[in-house]
Parts: sequence; structure tokens; C-alpha cells
Amino acid sequence: MIRVTRKLEFSAAHFYHNPDLSAEENRRVFGKCNNPHGHGHNYILEVTVAGEPDPKTGMVLDLRELKEIFDREVTQRMDHRHLNYEVPELAGKIPTCEEIATVLWRILEPKIRQGRLDRIRLYESPDLFVDCTADGMKDAR
Amino acid sequence: MRLSLWRRYSFPASHRLFRAEWSAEQNDRIFGKCANPYSHGHNYELEVAVTGPVDPATGMIANLADLDSFVQRKVLDAFDHAYMNEQIPEFRECVPTTENVCRVIFQRLAGFPRAHIEGVRIEETGKNSFEYAAPSNP
Repeated sequence: MIRVTRKLEFSAAHFYHNPDLSAEENRRVFGKCNNPHGHGHNYILEVTVAGEPDPKTGMVLDLRELKEIFDREVTQRMDHRHLNYEVPELAGKIPTCEEIATVLWRILEPKIRQGRLDRIRLYESPDLFVDCTADGMKDAR
Repeated sequence: MRLSLWRRYSFPASHRLFRAEWSAEQNDRIFGKCANPYSHGHNYELEVAVTGPVDPATGMIANLADLDSFVQRKVLDAFDHAYMNEQIPEFRECVPTTENVCRVIFQRLAGFPRAHIEGVRIEETGKNSFEYAAPSNP
């Protein structure tokens, strides 16, 4: 089996606030990320697809098609957006790296038709990132 | 789908790879330049992976402030700018190769109360990296 990884970058704004908590509690739990004016990151997404190379093309998947999926599903949805307000899949959630990666996994996983989605790694910064990996079990949606 | 949160830290530290019961020649032969009696150092880049359920109230596997202060207390306070052979008690028993540094750091972090420590990865230099995974996953 071969794993193929392709990267993309998107920039977005967010802040963390849970309306069920008091203002004080929000500040304590989320720190600077609670600033209601928001702040932003250059997110880097690495998408890994696993499979066997097609004997005719030598490719696990068509990378152009993957790039189109990225543009349609990730860039248009999240690039230069405010994640708290503009991404319906994140409505009602705190847009942490964990939640964003989970949303991206659920969006991308059914779109990969050649090979299968093996891992997505989402960097919020060089020192904070999240891995979503297939665990062989049906995802509870 | 399985989710892991990775956090990256760095600490400079020094070490010397040698075994006291071996001759100088044998240490040189096995450990090469790393056996230099004056020791040498690296900027170690440490990555720590935690896993567990995402708390819907916070969207987090673990609050980074909790993880950072735990790693600071258990690892960085001791390892940062230290001579590991002398100043990290675990290395009185074993050679501070980065394989062993991974294992020792993992063991120091394994008691993190907020999430399961899944593994650690250390870059000794830009060319060498080592990973230690928890023996079994929950």
C-alpha cells in the first residue's frame, strides 16, 4: 500500500466562546482565544490517501482531482472566512483545531473515490496540530 | 475516525553516549563522536500526542494550558539546558540516546490527568527523529 500526501493552506479567523459559560469562565478556559473580535491563523492541511497504484497510470489517485476537491470543499468553504460565522458545519461548535479537523474529515472522506482517506493533519501553527486517522470503525455521525 | 492532538516544544540539552564499563576504544567504536568525554548538545524538538474524547463544551481533547504546564513541570523544567547524563536521574541507568530520551519523557508524561498520552516524537537534529508510541491504545 502507498500513502500519498498533498498539502494546502487556508487562512481563517476564529475565537472561542461557549454561551453556556459565564464571561469569566470563558476567559479562564479559553484565555486569549476568547477575544470576541477574533484572531486568525494560516492553517496548513495535509491530506493523506492510501491505496495501490493503478497499473495503467502508476497513480494511487489523480492529484488534479484531489486539488479540485480541495478547492471546492476546503478553500471555498474556509479560506478567508470567519469560522465562527461562515461555516455551517461548525455552527454550535467551538472552532478548535480538533473540531475543524473532524469537520474536514467528514467532508473529505466520502469524496475520495480512488484509494481511501488515511489521515488528515491540520496545523494551526507549527507547534499545534491535530491528526484524524481512519480507525477501521464506522464513524459515528 | 480517531483524533490526536499534537503539541510541539523545544529544549536544548547536552549528553554523552558512553558506558562506564566499556573501554574508551569500545565506546569510540560504538558511539563514535557521541562518546566525546566533554559531551555535546542538541536543540531537541519534542512533539507530544494526546488522544481522547473532544469535550463539547470546549471543543478540545485537552486544554493546551493544562498540557503545557504539565509538560513544563514534568519534562522541560528538568531537561531544558541540562546535561542529561548527570542531571536526569533516569540516565544513571541507561544511555541518553534519543530513543531512551523518548521513552523517559513518555514515562514522565504518562500520568497526564486530562487525556491519554498517545506518544512522543523527538527530533534530535533536522536529520534524526525518533518516535515512541504508548504500548496499547484505549
